[in-house]
Amino acid sequence: MGTLSYEFSVEKDDFERAGEASSKIKKILMQLGMDSSIIRRVAIGAYEAEMNLVIHSLGGTIRIDIDPKSIVITAEDIGPGIEDIELAMKEGYSTATEKIREMGFGAGMGLPNMKKCSDVFEIESEVGKGTKIVMKMYLKDGD
Amino acid sequence: MTVGQICEKLGLKPLTGDIGMDREVKGVYICDLLSWVMAHAHEGDAWITIQTHTNIVAVATLLELSCIIIPENAEIEEDTIKKAIEEGIPIMASDNNAFMVAKNLISLGLGD
Repeated sequence: MGTLSYEFSVEKDDFERAGEASSKIKKILMQLGMDSSIIRRVAIGAYEAEMNLVIHSLGGTIRIDIDPKSIVITAEDIGPGIEDIELAMKEGYSTATEKIREMGFGAGMGLPNMKKCSDVFEIESEVGKGTKIVMKMYLKDGD
Repeated sequence: MTVGQICEKLGLKPLTGDIGMDREVKGVYICDLLSWVMAHAHEGDAWITIQTHTNIVAVATLLELSCIIIPENAEIEEDTIKKAIEEGIPIMASDNNAFMVAKNLISLGLGD
């Protein structure tokens, strides 16, 4: 098998459809017959990335690349960018508004959750330009 | 134990009709912070939360939770019910608060 790739666009503030891209990604992995533990990791990573796009970005995309050795989730947005990545990565730190927090988001766990479920986690961001997150999960025999 | 049995024994009101009544409940998780739930709840858990917007259905679907229980009859959005039916996630409401729902679930043998 070569590389299978899918891309989903995620709109800013679209709470109505939020979670749909990660649900679709999960269904793809289920159809491929992947193991439930890798599906769970991908689902968590994709969901957190998707929610961050909805809550914090001006819109963006989530892409998944599946090859025989790994699954890579890439979330890319068109801004506004993160000022202090180190601070953003800190568990409990969030810039979400009070309204967003009342909905149960903005716990400051999105980025730490993404890092935890990835084997390789990369984040790059430029204020005024956007943020790119790459999560790589290696597949073991049996996944 | 199935969602249907829990509904019956605890007198919960199913808001999504017959959807998912045969799903197996393996445990219980209580939390209203969605990222926390994503990180810690397990497949098959009954999830008790007062969050009622549509995104709870996405969380339950992604984690394959068995059902969502809304305590104290918190008002639930129509879109959430619609989405839950589409995704096959049962949502039930209880008169009791989260603590009493959990206590009753323990008395049914969950969490042993």
